[in-house]
Amino acid sequence: MNPHTLGCIEAGTPCCVPVPHLSIENLAVSYGDTPVLSDVSLDIYKGCITALIGPSGCGKTSFLNALNRLTDLIPGARVEGRLRLVDGANSLDLLDPGLDVRALRRRVGMIFQRPNPFPLSIRRNLELPLREHGMRRADALAHKIETALSDVGLWEEVRDRLDAPALALSGGQQQRLCIARALVLEPEILLMDEPCSALDPIASGVVEEMIQSLSGRYTVVIVTHNLAQARRIGNYAAFFWMRERIGQLVEFGRCRQIFDAPVHPATAAYIGGMRG
Amino acid sequence: MNRSADALLAPLTAAMAGAAALLLAGMLGFLLAESWPALAHGGWLRFVGLAWYPLEGHFGLAAMCIATLAVAALAILLAAPLGLACALFARFQAPPALAAGFRGLLALMAGVPSVVYGFWGLTVLVPLVARWQPPGASLFTAGLVLALMILPTVALLAHAALAAVPRSLLDGAAALGLTQRATLLKVAVPAARRGIAGGVLLGLARALGETMAVLMVAGNVVQLPASVFDPVRVLTANIALEMAYATGTHRAGLFVSGLLLALLVLGLAWFAARLEPRHA
Amino acid sequence: MHSVPGDRLFGLALWGAALSVAAVFAWLFVDLARLGLGALSWDFITTAPENAGRDGGIASILVSTLLILGVAVGVAAPVGLGAAVWLNTYTRAGGGTGRRIRLALDGLAGMPSIVFGLFGNAFFSVYLGLGFSILSGGLTLAAMILPVFIRTVEAGLGAVDDGWRRGAAALGLTQSAALAHVILPAAAPAIGAGLMLGIGRAAAETAALIFTSGYVDRMPESLSDSGRALAVHIYDLSMNVAGGDTHAAASALVLVALVACANLLAVALSRRLLTRRLAL
Ligand SMILES: Nc1ncnc2c1ncn2[C@@H]1O[C@H](COP(=O)(O)OP(=O)(O)OP(=O)(O)O)[C@@H](O)[C@H]1O
Ligand SMILES: [Mg+2]
Repeated sequence: MNPHTLGCIEAGTPCCVPVPHLSIENLAVSYGDTPVLSDVSLDIYKGCITALIGPSGCGKTSFLNALNRLTDLIPGARVEGRLRLVDGANSLDLLDPGLDVRALRRRVGMIFQRPNPFPLSIRRNLELPLREHGMRRADALAHKIETALSDVGLWEEVRDRLDAPALALSGGQQQRLCIARALVLEPEILLMDEPCSALDPIASGVVEEMIQSLSGRYTVVIVTHNLAQARRIGNYAAFFWMRERIGQLVEFGRCRQIFDAPVHPATAAYIGGMRG
Repeated sequence: MNRSADALLAPLTAAMAGAAALLLAGMLGFLLAESWPALAHGGWLRFVGLAWYPLEGHFGLAAMCIATLAVAALAILLAAPLGLACALFARFQAPPALAAGFRGLLALMAGVPSVVYGFWGLTVLVPLVARWQPPGASLFTAGLVLALMILPTVALLAHAALAAVPRSLLDGAAALGLTQRATLLKVAVPAARRGIAGGVLLGLARALGETMAVLMVAGNVVQLPASVFDPVRVLTANIALEMAYATGTHRAGLFVSGLLLALLVLGLAWFAARLEPRHA
Repeated sequence: MHSVPGDRLFGLALWGAALSVAAVFAWLFVDLARLGLGALSWDFITTAPENAGRDGGIASILVSTLLILGVAVGVAAPVGLGAAVWLNTYTRAGGGTGRRIRLALDGLAGMPSIVFGLFGNAFFSVYLGLGFSILSGGLTLAAMILPVFIRTVEAGLGAVDDGWRRGAAALGLTQSAALAHVILPAAAPAIGAGLMLGIGRAAAETAALIFTSGYVDRMPESLSDSGRALAVHIYDLSMNVAGGDTHAAASALVLVALVACANLLAVALSRRLLTRRLAL
């Protein structure tokens, strides 16, 4: 079994033993001179699904990008605070300028809002990251590709046309291919930025079910505007809110607690507003 | 592909970009260095006169400068309105199949080498004009041939600019009950004016810098033309005609006219750059 | 639609302009064909010129032309690709260095070809001691087509979906790998278009070649031999060789066909490249 498996988790219930996987303290993100996120402290637990919710523009995407240093790509973006990837007794400082970001991003995969399969064949989409990370043996490649595609429920749908262009797939299939492309590198953590919001309800349902099946095996951080979805798949939820135009973490806790008994009035109002 | 490839990527590509940009500086530098013998003796004033007898030390460029400007002006005066009309036709007037064919023709003509335009001008237009206004090879003929040569470019760029005008703007004008003429001239053309002006400036730069097409039909007599039907010699043609045997100060004098052309076109490019919106 | 009389007139004027432009171009082609088609044959392509080009064919001239083009594209394509990658990847929209380099490239792009000819003569032929040679001519043309190629490719790279870049980075791909496997293939059409523009311009060029690659119409034996390009051949036949018009027209037909083919080929190639990548 996968080392990250902590056993079966029912949606909404806490993970058996919360073990921090990412430890975040006083994280702040700014673009140029504009701070967009400040003072975020929380632990992301191993094997759990943590849902990030909050209004548009409160810095959820910026937060995710900071977690795998994708902020490096944005000119002028600055990340401050403490951010550690915990692995047993070892911990890795993710904001260390000398960090090997390629190795980090191999351990922390990311799925974007808009499916972004490369303009290559389905097979090449999965092969490319593997080859670039040093895997060359054809049989091993084929095996990994099949496993990843099966994990996202795409294998049966595309096994006969692995050499067809990935862009010919439907939106939902493209998004699952992107998830497979992240999984094929066997990451520990998956960051997902509104992975279903560009999909129709049926495709969205399929992807959601698939994400749920990842719980226990991977640590998942998912941003979603769909509160019902957050409630269905999350074990933990973090609510972001804006104060004076700067995003902040207002409340973090078990999903059920956040939705059923929010402590903070802003959380209650946001959830209540969405419900009403 | 590994990390060392990445470490090389930035400096390697930066060196290439730098080399490409340094070409301009190198070019101007070499032109200046080669011009130096002529510029150093007698100063720039000796280039102001009308007489071009380089072997006797007369380096007057004024007549050729004026001829250059006159030929280019004639060409752009013909090509700009016609090119715009062609663009309007292809964008708004022609049935789709015809418009595509017409654009294809323009693209084909834009690729025709200038020496071919010159050849046609020499064998067909010059005799034709000569029957009417001898000697035929003249400022007028050169302007015509140049106009023909730059027209496809002007038309294609104007077409691209017109195609970028949002449909909603035109529909809005039509909804106001404007005639097609008013819609095109008062709405579409002003909305595309930057692109159109850019095309016209590019055409003008090409007309100023063209060598072969002008050389073959302009007659190449160094003089101030009294009428448009007089033969003239332009700066570019002068270089092409005399470079083969020029030495010493004469050669330097030719480089001076090259430098002058370069500065003229750079000025034009600077002006065109100012036309463009900031942070486009 | 066209009930207003002024509107009708305007429409007619557009039709008139387009038709007359098309008619003049048709006239040009018909003349070329009438003059040159008779001389055009397989022999014309495969035999060497004789009697200053009046007789024989253009075999050696075609070979020189292709060699010059080969040198020009062979040098300009890799340098231009690198420069475009640097401009696209490492410079920011408002950044100073990038802006200055782009300005220099735009200035270079507008330079008259005769100025490139002067520079090529002074730098490659004299300063570097390459003399009148295919290498000098090809390098001069490389400098000439470089700026337009860079800007076209850069625009193509800029149009590549940002999602792919971020996707590649999120998978831990190196920048070089992302470029080689995702970004450049996605920009293949722009690269093809840039090449097409460059080859078209280089093949059509005359003025930049007369003092760099020269007039010699013998079959070149190496890149350091002088070689006469097709455009130069047309110029020489029509200006300096009495009775050369027929072969000039035939050569012009070949040149126009060559330029048109180069354009079509480049378009087809860029499409092929993209689909091949997709199927891999
Ligand atoms: N590259 C950037 N440069 C400057 N400001 C940015 C950049 N990206 C985002 N911002 C700003 O940072 C703030 C937070 O943006 P972010 O995308 O993280 O919000 P979000 O919570 O993901 O919003 P949404 O729910 O709409 O996706 C916004 O005000 C946004 O305008
Ligand atoms: Mg977002």
